[in-house]
Amino acid sequence: MTSLSAAFTGELGAFRLDVAFDAPLDGVTALFGPSGSGKTTVLRAIAGLEHLKGRCALGRHVWQDALHFVPVHKRGIGYVFQEPSLFPHLSVRANLLYGNRRARGARAITFDAVVELLKIWKLLDRAPERLSGGERQRVSLGRALLSQPRLLLLDEPMSALDRGAKEEILPYFEALHTALGLPMILVSHDIAEVERLASHMLLMSNGKITASGPLNVLLTRPDLPFHQNRDAAAVLTARVVGQESDGLAALDIAGQRLLVAGEAGAPGDAVRVRIMARDVSLAVEPPSRTTILNILKAEITAIEALRGPDAAVTLGLGNQTLLARITQRSVAALDLRVGQPVFAQVKGVALVTGPAQ
Amino acid sequence: MLAFSDLWPPIALTLSLASITTAILLVIGTPIAWWLARSQWRWKEAVGAVVSLPLVLPPTVLGFYLLLMLGPYGPGGAIAGLWGGRTLAFSFWGLVIGSVIYSMPFVVQPIRNAFEAMGNRPMEVAATLRASPLDRFLTVALPLARPGFLSGAVLGFAHTVGEFGVVLMIGGNIPGQTKVLSIAIYDYVERLQWMEAHILSLGMVIFAFLVIFITLSIDKRVARVRA
Repeated sequence: MTSLSAAFTGELGAFRLDVAFDAPLDGVTALFGPSGSGKTTVLRAIAGLEHLKGRCALGRHVWQDALHFVPVHKRGIGYVFQEPSLFPHLSVRANLLYGNRRARGARAITFDAVVELLKIWKLLDRAPERLSGGERQRVSLGRALLSQPRLLLLDEPMSALDRGAKEEILPYFEALHTALGLPMILVSHDIAEVERLASHMLLMSNGKITASGPLNVLLTRPDLPFHQNRDAAAVLTARVVGQESDGLAALDIAGQRLLVAGEAGAPGDAVRVRIMARDVSLAVEPPSRTTILNILKAEITAIEALRGPDAAVTLGLGNQTLLARITQRSVAALDLRVGQPVFAQVKGVALVTGPAQ
Repeated sequence: MLAFSDLWPPIALTLSLASITTAILLVIGTPIAWWLARSQWRWKEAVGAVVSLPLVLPPTVLGFYLLLMLGPYGPGGAIAGLWGGRTLAFSFWGLVIGSVIYSMPFVVQPIRNAFEAMGNRPMEVAATLRASPLDRFLTVALPLARPGFLSGAVLGFAHTVGEFGVVLMIGGNIPGQTKVLSIAIYDYVERLQWMEAHILSLGMVIFAFLVIFITLSIDKRVARVRA
């Protein structure tokens, strides 16, 4: 597996940008952090659009070091900007083919496949000004894909879109990795987006990388703020057991059964599921006669009282981690402690696509 | 008595002077406009000001310096010496050089504005799509700046047609060589040949109207596309 190894330093407005990281390039690596933390600058430096001090290499291809600086057009990257930035003087088709004509080597990603994947065949002969925001961003994604990139860089590709357009385009991004096996780096300040798409995360704030690792490890790590959020969620890996006749799919997670609505895939496939902390309640004895389908045996690994009446509970499930958000009153009433086995009642599970480790 | 055969040579001379000047200006003005639009250099506006000087200077001042430059003791004289001439002043090619300098801001400014309005993004996008710097200049910057080129060409042509002071200073009034339209009109008025002056002047009024009309239409179209 190739990895991207980079280190950059530079002045960035009020603070100093100083980052060094290795990102494994399978699936989507999210570069996550608040606005103004330097994420876009790092992404632009990886692309070569920004010339900061430092080094950058994709596998054995050195793009930047003390002696070399490979210009953008020779790096073989695809870049999707925040705004679609289609060429206004070219038709949709000509936009799509602009990079394709200039790509070297084999065309692994074909025009027909991209047009099919992004469902843009009806738009091909239109002018970009006559597309909706979501359509434009789909075309700009297709244009980047057709340039046959080794690495796709996405700079908040959905932030300029309204909610409807965002929901419309997300599935295409989700399909990307599965369909094309293309490594991606996604800049985002929307954790829900990251949970849906990414498998690995680099956490940025004030020009520094503060943490990096597999997505779920960071989402549930007690020293990071994610598990305290109202919308905190864990993203776990499960294996498909089979499709049931009532539209539910049976999954196996750490030897236990988990039912989820929808088509999960073929038996044996690894899938990712997202479970929100507030959808998990705890019981010390096996609950009986309940409408909750999914009850998982887990062990409490941490309890943290939050500001207000709630507590965040971290649960070990095999070698994975689940989050629960319950009241401090319940913690006291049930006398919950670290190390105690409990039954986690899961009210909602969502399948998220993207690669599972 | 009207002599139409006398009216045509100044018109033909003016048209060829304006065409050649405009062509030269598009070739040398484009890189200047690009540099002015893109350079991060602190003092680039000093260069911009030099290019724009003819907007403000009285044509006679410009003409005076050009005369010194083109004359026997200036660089123009030295160049003329290459083919045994004494001076570039009072010649057609002297007029071309003068017109290029005089009309330059009218060509450079609209092109520069178009390059600036385009922003950096289209060029960055093209770079991420494997286009080399020259490739992206030709396939992205030029087509996107097309309205700027159109209005630059129209304005440059029109200003060259209308110049008087500079021509009088460095070209004089040699029929078939430096006697352009504006000089011819002046000449006819001096000699009280009102009819000839009328014909040429009315022609210029119509020409000027068309130029401004076309330029405004282009501007409007650009505004609509950008909206």
